[in-house]
Amino acid sequence: MSGTFVGMPAFPAAAHEAVRDQTLRGNLRHATHTIRAKREKAVAEVADWAQLREAGRRIKDHTLRHLDRYLEQVEEAVTAAGGTVHWAVDADEANRIVTDLVKATGESEVVKVKSMATQEIGLNEALEAEGIRAYETDLAELIVQLGKDRPSHILVPAIHRNRGEIRDIFAREMREWGRPAPDGLTDTPAELAEAARLHLREKFLRAKVGVSGANFMVAETGTLVVVESEGNGRMCLTLPETLISVVGIEKIVPTWRDLEVFLQTLPRSSTAERMNPYTSTWTGTTDGDGPRTFHLVLLDNGRTDTLADEVGRQALRCIRCSACLNVCPVYERAGGHAYGSVYPGPIGAILSPQLRGTASEIDASLPYASSLCGACYEVCPVAIDIPEVLVHLRERVVEGGPVTRAGNKVVLKPAKGHAAERAAMRAARWAFAHPGALRTGQRLASRTRRFHPRTLPGPGRAWSGSRDLPPVPAEPFRDWWQRTHGGKDGAK
Amino acid sequence: MSSRERILGRVRRALADVPRDDTPYEEAVARDYLREHGQRSVEETVELLAENLADYRAIVHRCTPDALPSLIAGLLADRGARSLLVPAGLDERWPAATEVPRVQDRADSTAHELDRVDSVLTACAVAIAETGTIVLDGGPDQGRRRITLVPDHHICVVRVPDQVVSSVPQALERLDPARPLTWISGPSATSDIELDRVEGVHGPRTLEVVLVDSRASAEVSSSRPEGSR
Repeated sequence: MSGTFVGMPAFPAAAHEAVRDQTLRGNLRHATHTIRAKREKAVAEVADWAQLREAGRRIKDHTLRHLDRYLEQVEEAVTAAGGTVHWAVDADEANRIVTDLVKATGESEVVKVKSMATQEIGLNEALEAEGIRAYETDLAELIVQLGKDRPSHILVPAIHRNRGEIRDIFAREMREWGRPAPDGLTDTPAELAEAARLHLREKFLRAKVGVSGANFMVAETGTLVVVESEGNGRMCLTLPETLISVVGIEKIVPTWRDLEVFLQTLPRSSTAERMNPYTSTWTGTTDGDGPRTFHLVLLDNGRTDTLADEVGRQALRCIRCSACLNVCPVYERAGGHAYGSVYPGPIGAILSPQLRGTASEIDASLPYASSLCGACYEVCPVAIDIPEVLVHLRERVVEGGPVTRAGNKVVLKPAKGHAAERAAMRAARWAFAHPGALRTGQRLASRTRRFHPRTLPGPGRAWSGSRDLPPVPAEPFRDWWQRTHGGKDGAK
Repeated sequence: MSSRERILGRVRRALADVPRDDTPYEEAVARDYLREHGQRSVEETVELLAENLADYRAIVHRCTPDALPSLIAGLLADRGARSLLVPAGLDERWPAATEVPRVQDRADSTAHELDRVDSVLTACAVAIAETGTIVLDGGPDQGRRRITLVPDHHICVVRVPDQVVSSVPQALERLDPARPLTWISGPSATSDIELDRVEGVHGPRTLEVVLVDSRASAEVSSSRPEGSR
């Protein structure tokens, strides 16, 4: 993914820093608890939430199971509606396509509506290297861009900043990028939003090229959908002459009607509203209304590799609502930056190691960035079983095994630093395969229980430092079973 | 090999476990969710629309067709609007009572010209009660997408009850995906700063929705959300 994150420390090291930052923890706690409570109310308003969730899950699963067909269909429909479709295998290719398209217009600046896909591929940096300036226009993205910072939340990327920090960033940095912040800017949200409005309006009005992502694309009609609140999306989608949309191949839904599910579940799950203020849909180009040229860049960048994993592919159902972040006890304390990716929180912990592979230290550590409490699965509007995938990925990290990387089947080596886990798993496998030895071991453990230490020696010391070791029972369960009624019945 | 072939090839190899006769689309999804939430009379649906619009800080007015021109003239006068943009196909009677100079939306008018316009008056394609949403589809009485975006004040007229549906599924049924659509639920807003909601960032900061009811008696009413200008 983006070069920004190369060399990120593993999750435990990054989180260690974050949990000691009092301001950050305060900002995060306030944000996640506020939105969590609002979301529960918004979901309770619709009596058929369970059915909508199940329908969403099935629509996405069905699409993924026939993705080749739907990709061809969306290409055909977009082309028929006057758009041009490009295919990008990886980040480099997508960046090259977009850069060439912008250069062909003769422009040296673009306005962007918030897009996870373009962050994932590091598009802004790639454009910058070619002398093209990309202006982020979502308020939170603007805060992140001006602060030379990284996003830390899917929905509200600047959630780690409080109003005082935002005021300082605006006052200091806006003049570098265009219209300076008004004199005497205070830290009230209304004044800060007004400063952003004035700063960005001059860019919107002169922009000739817009860059977007999409929340959904409809295979049947070739329609793209962008869901937003501020109107910066509408500005980027309708004022420029050229519109370039970079969209992950998993964003397809088969039919127009399918939107009836997601336009109900997405706003309530993400911003906890009945409906977000603005939703824009467009199908190719329309004479006299909006951009005259429309390009769709279909992005793979690890998605087909993820699709090849029968357990992990469910991560591609994600509609980027961020509900899982707001309920996660680990995210709440560690913050988004510790995940080392544009996709933080529980979904990031399963998406990033699949899109990027588990070769790097940070990616190998992400499946462990969870308490496996299951709250993320409960709130997910497309029912992604995040704990299941986490456990699956942990196994892959520890044991290695066959995976698909860049379209090729390879056999992953076990990661370093998990020798104790592997040894324990091997020992468990052997013991369960040798019932006699297991029985002897269990009886021995029971009879020596008076002599067991309270803490573990060696590498287990850290684990038992904060936990009580489970006491060994006086009698193994299997002996008890033999001795009692159940055992007699079973013995015959 | 082109990137297209490469990606499609990867997708097909990745799906090797999916049987060729996998469940077809028509059977893959149980549509057992509700078409609308709750049983409501037409009046109740319109009332819910008004409530939900106001809840998201739109200013809602209700009137008869006869009272509409003077209501619109009053709204523009209240704001001190000095220019009014109307789409080419708008009912001429609606802005007939106002003296505010008219600006026509032309294909070659620039975004900067639109930025100098004070107010815009449009119709809509459909309104959704359960979510408090109005949908514009670029029809002749609604104009191009940019005209309801750049000016700071948008007055949108909804014909009641013909244009009102209960729910999102009912709205999608009525809309044509080939047209560019804009769904609007309240004025522009952001919650990016400490999750405090602030109305008005880039889109119009004031949204006034007029529910014109041809069946009602000639009564004009307005409901403004608390704290609105």
